[in-house]
Amino acid sequence: MVAGGPGAHILGHVFLTISTTGTPDRPATDLGFLLHKHPGKAQSFSTSHGTAHVLYPEATEQRCTAALLLEVDPVGLVRRGQGKGRGGAPDGALAQYVNDRPYAASSLLAVALSSVFRSALQGRCAARPELAERPLPLRIEIPALPARGGAELVHRLFGPLGWASVEAVPVPLDEQFPEWGDSRYVHLVLEGELLLADALRQLYVLLPVLDDAKHYWVAPDEVDKLLRAGDGWLAAHPEHRTITERYLARRRSLTEDAFGRLELVRLAEADGRDLEELDKELDEELDDAVAGEEPTPSTEAGAGADPAPRPVPLAVLRREAILGALRAAGAQRVLDLGCGQGQLVQALLKDVSFTEIVGVDVSVRALTVAARRMRLERMGERQSSRVRLVQGSLTYTDKRLAGYDAAVLSEVIEHLDLPRLPALEYAVFGAARPRTVLVTTPNVEYNVRWETLPAGHVRHGDHRFEWTREEFRTWATEVAGRYGYDVRVEPVGDDDPEVGPPTQLAVFQLATTETAATAAAETATAATNGTTATDSPKEGDAA
Amino acid sequence: MNDDRKNDDRKQRVLPVTDLSLVVLVGATGSGKSTFARKHFKPTEVISSDYCRGLVADDENDQSASKDAFDVLHYIAGKRLAAGRLTVVDATNVQSEARRQLIRLAREHDVLPIAIVLDMPEEVCAARNAQRPDRQDMPRHVIQRHRRELRRSLRGLEREGFRKVHVLRGVEEAETAEVVLEKRFNDLRHLTGPFDIVGDVHGCSSELEALLAKLGYRDGVHPEGRTAVFVGDLVDRGPDSPGVLRRVMGMVKTGNALCVPGNHENKLGRYLNGRNVQHTHGLAETVEQLGREDEEFVAEVRAFIDGLVSHYVLDGGKLVVCHAGLPERYHGRTSGRVRSHALYGDTTGETDEFGLPVRYPWAEDYRGKAVVVYGHTPVPDTSWINNTICLDTGAVFGGKMTALRWPERELVDVPAEQVWYEPVKPLAGQAPGGHEGRPLDLADVHGRRVVETRHLGAVSVREENAAAALEVMSRFAVDPRLMPYLPPTMAPTATSKEGTRGGAADLPYLEHPAEAFAQYRADGVERVVCEEKHMGSRAVVLLCKDADAARERFGVDGPTGSVYTRTGRPFFDDPAVTEEVLRRLRTAVTDAGLWEEFATDWLLLDGELLPWSLKATGLLRQQYAAVGAASRSVFPGALDALRAAEDRGIDTGGLLERQRERAADAAAFTDAYRRYCWSTDGLDGVRFAPFQLLAVEGRSLAAVPHDTQLAWLDRLVEADERAGTGLLRRTGRIVVDTADADSVRAGTDWWLELTAAGGEGMVVKPLHAYGTDRGGRLLQPGVKVRGREYLRIIYGPEYTRPENLERLRVRHLGHKRSLALREYALGLEALDRLAAGEPLWRVHEAVFAVLALESEPVDPRL
Repeated sequence: MVAGGPGAHILGHVFLTISTTGTPDRPATDLGFLLHKHPGKAQSFSTSHGTAHVLYPEATEQRCTAALLLEVDPVGLVRRGQGKGRGGAPDGALAQYVNDRPYAASSLLAVALSSVFRSALQGRCAARPELAERPLPLRIEIPALPARGGAELVHRLFGPLGWASVEAVPVPLDEQFPEWGDSRYVHLVLEGELLLADALRQLYVLLPVLDDAKHYWVAPDEVDKLLRAGDGWLAAHPEHRTITERYLARRRSLTEDAFGRLELVRLAEADGRDLEELDKELDEELDDAVAGEEPTPSTEAGAGADPAPRPVPLAVLRREAILGALRAAGAQRVLDLGCGQGQLVQALLKDVSFTEIVGVDVSVRALTVAARRMRLERMGERQSSRVRLVQGSLTYTDKRLAGYDAAVLSEVIEHLDLPRLPALEYAVFGAARPRTVLVTTPNVEYNVRWETLPAGHVRHGDHRFEWTREEFRTWATEVAGRYGYDVRVEPVGDDDPEVGPPTQLAVFQLATTETAATAAAETATAATNGTTATDSPKEGDAA
Repeated sequence: MNDDRKNDDRKQRVLPVTDLSLVVLVGATGSGKSTFARKHFKPTEVISSDYCRGLVADDENDQSASKDAFDVLHYIAGKRLAAGRLTVVDATNVQSEARRQLIRLAREHDVLPIAIVLDMPEEVCAARNAQRPDRQDMPRHVIQRHRRELRRSLRGLEREGFRKVHVLRGVEEAETAEVVLEKRFNDLRHLTGPFDIVGDVHGCSSELEALLAKLGYRDGVHPEGRTAVFVGDLVDRGPDSPGVLRRVMGMVKTGNALCVPGNHENKLGRYLNGRNVQHTHGLAETVEQLGREDEEFVAEVRAFIDGLVSHYVLDGGKLVVCHAGLPERYHGRTSGRVRSHALYGDTTGETDEFGLPVRYPWAEDYRGKAVVVYGHTPVPDTSWINNTICLDTGAVFGGKMTALRWPERELVDVPAEQVWYEPVKPLAGQAPGGHEGRPLDLADVHGRRVVETRHLGAVSVREENAAAALEVMSRFAVDPRLMPYLPPTMAPTATSKEGTRGGAADLPYLEHPAEAFAQYRADGVERVVCEEKHMGSRAVVLLCKDADAARERFGVDGPTGSVYTRTGRPFFDDPAVTEEVLRRLRTAVTDAGLWEEFATDWLLLDGELLPWSLKATGLLRQQYAAVGAASRSVFPGALDALRAAEDRGIDTGGLLERQRERAADAAAFTDAYRRYCWSTDGLDGVRFAPFQLLAVEGRSLAAVPHDTQLAWLDRLVEADERAGTGLLRRTGRIVVDTADADSVRAGTDWWLELTAAGGEGMVVKPLHAYGTDRGGRLLQPGVKVRGREYLRIIYGPEYTRPENLERLRVRHLGHKRSLALREYALGLEALDRLAAGEPLWRVHEAVFAVLALESEPVDPRL
């Protein structure tokens, strides 16, 4: 049983070579002038987390190669900066997940590039200024480049930047276990005629972008650095949004993401899992992401009127359907069970007829994101008094959820293992027992209409099941019968004649006979109990 | 005569005050309330309005702060009453509105309001105020107004709701009066039984006699001095209510029984007191039967019923008996609604298809420590729900009559002789709250919690850890009914200090058996067992004999058990695979004869599932294999480059040599993790190595010595080998005498051999499994001693380099050890609760806490 991991040790292997070719009048060894490092010497530069070595395996007129090798101290890295945990023990998970990643391979390399080859990066060459103005035939090789997004993204990022050849070969995880597939590393070789400074500036930006390490420390002036290093090539790059987002997204993550999840990280590791596996619920739903491009669930009103009706995302259609059903039911106090990042809560908040909105989710992180998106802390009192976000679990009964007009379970049930579904049914229909319950879930029959979805795949990595229309209707009818609700199922989105709508919505209403019976019950209670409970208390007098 | 009268008047007034009540002092300013309160009550029991005024306004006499001051006073009083503490309110309380609020407060907390009035002459009040500098300026008319209001109030105090009113007139009476605390009538905590609690009788005299005889009573007396406790509904519907009353009244009179009233007694009492009640639900039969009795008996019945107390708290507070059930906040309380709940239970206000009121399943919400035994709702069979049990098994409807022996918790019943009364509707399947598998409530686990354990006292869980556990438990775990245990984390042995160890080559170690043996020896453990540590994933297996056993014992429909990870996830995504593992295990258990040996239908096993690569794919691929992949990709090129540079005559300062060593370390790292990985196909290649049998029906086996344990498990493995499934794997072991140098050497050699062959290492456990050290502290149930090569996976490829090892030896084990002990105690607690048949939420509480603690910050490499 292993917990924790040698994340830091990945750092032991940071290596890059820059080669060029030359002629007698343009000797390849000019590379030494450009890099400001003498080809006849091995030089070492001490950095805060290890030593950077620059040396030349070959240095002739015809061919010159500079190698940059980082000797990282993994033990020192993990131990540095670790706070004392409770009980005097260092907080291992903190060390592993916050403090090691700042030094992840690509950022170390980027830092080394910018410090060891500072003038080259800036396009300056004090001894031979003219050299810096001239493109060189370059070959850059990085044998283990962490690339989230794989070889394909590597091509997309380096392809438009003037290289004659971009070669990115995935590194297999372990050739003894071919079933494990490829690692996140690629063996990268870039060849082409470029200014050395341009090549280095590309690497400086794109290596961390490809790494995309989540807990990466980025200094506050990182925007400026990006602008400087990206000058002249980034703005026109077709992937400039990806690059910018990934580069700058790392800023937020350290404080806002990592700390809130350490407890979860430890539980994931206790099971030999990666946090990503636990976190996938927060990924965007596939159909939310692609609804705009795919077979269009179009709005009813838009048909024909607009020459090119803009497709409405399914998530929006779903929210509209839910809002409509809630209004029709006259609900004022509403539970959004499994509220996720709070999109529906936000929509409910915009309609003042919803006087109390409670968003419930089991993921603390989802609630944090929701609160941030809604700017809950800065919201005026009148508005914020209508909304609450609380952690809860639908596999437990919860007294706080009793007494509401309506509960919404939008794209929630399919995130629960089927054997746990009865617990949810009881908690919602049996214990919380709102007058109206809305349940939406994907219609698996419709999946064939998503072009991007491979056959047999569910729409979201965390979906434990997806139902056909028949399966959903059967479930809804059974639950309704068991708990005294009436139910009807409605389509959401384009109701395909063959496979039905992308989303199905069940509207449960507490059976009216029961409400009628309530009144009758009050009169009947006295008789059936044998007497009324109004006898005067006599505890103190009894002998 | 006159003198006598005088003496009588002067005689000390005794003021009875119920030990849990809200005492309201009433009197004009200066009447001496504070002095009286100081004299008769503890300072903390008294809340004065003056003091509260001071709290909110810095001035005890600032009348403008009165509203806020009384808010504070009511708040504090409410907190005290909720906690069950006598509370005295020291304020003038001469206005009915002020008293009304206090009476409402008392009722909200179901305690008796008691008034003590100090009726002092105006002169006395004025004189006393004059002596107080802060009240010197108080106008005389204030006192006069207070006294006027007081006099107007005096006659109506009882009507206002005060259950006792003591009026003290004049200085002398006030000064000599004595307050005497009285116990509540329902407080019989001093009675410890043993008890036989009898369910609803409903006039079934013959069955009652049979049941009492079966319980061992002879003519209403138990030879061993046991006490019968009747949960009420003695009368109505059945053939002989007078006979039942005669028996029970006789036993109560002679001290052989206690009785609480049922709703049927209550109605009969109203009838006997001349009230107009409907003769429905079997009252007609009782009235007719009583008509044949003499008046004296009927009068006795009336007095008996009038004297019944709604519920009893017994046996040091561990047992509560009442007719229709009682939530914890009502235990030992005294109010109309407590009595009403005790008699009728809670109803939702709805009626069912038979026109009967729908009873609210109060037991489902019950989380109290005291066991509540009740009747009222006829069920075919009794069942424990959240520490409550309903004993009404419908004798009068042709069911049976049931008694519960306490503290034995044994059920004793006799069948009904016939259907005496046709039920309006069929008996409910289970007691209220028993349907849908007794759902767990968020309040069982959410937020900051303290779990009481038998072996380590209170263990607390922080809110953030509970939050993380809730997420994992809700999204990924198996059904909690099938997860009665989670394994605790284990601390490694103390860090090895010396450079050379073990007689083998000149190798430095981070972990070595020497420290483990020495530690246990220091703790007074003579014999330890070293068990081979299998490198796979921890797996707990709940195995039931068949689907029926799973349904009956764990309330699940379908699965015959579960196989889950240390965080409660199902081990296999496909339930069919789980069932196949269970089937193979079941065959082995049957063949080994363990079902019969333990007289059980289920058992709980702790073990390791192999290979590691089966489950730990995330970390393995993301981290371990990735390290190997990167190194294999980098080193060839890097070494070539360095060699080429050196060939050019460049001095690399030993860099090449260092990189060679690093490459070798990286290869050793890859070898280390590869040993624990192999490909599997379905269950082919999957192995399970059980190392502890945790529990069977009625019994936790966690404290059974490990040699006994391993002998059981060997039988399982042998049985599996005979069956040829290839699933089970034996755990290698050697017993070491910690005081014997030869034995210690043998243990060390065994470990060296094991780890040299690629083994992960071993776990050293006290042979007697459970115990305390010389200081009386709970012993670590085991410490792990991991192999030198294996630790590369944990500490990185290059950890064995001297400069790295030196730094790594600074490891802080204290928190890990404490965590291991706390989780161990929680695990034991879960097993004890499971064995005792405690309700699901009690078992789950401890299991959940283990998971929560697993998310505490601790060095993950330990």
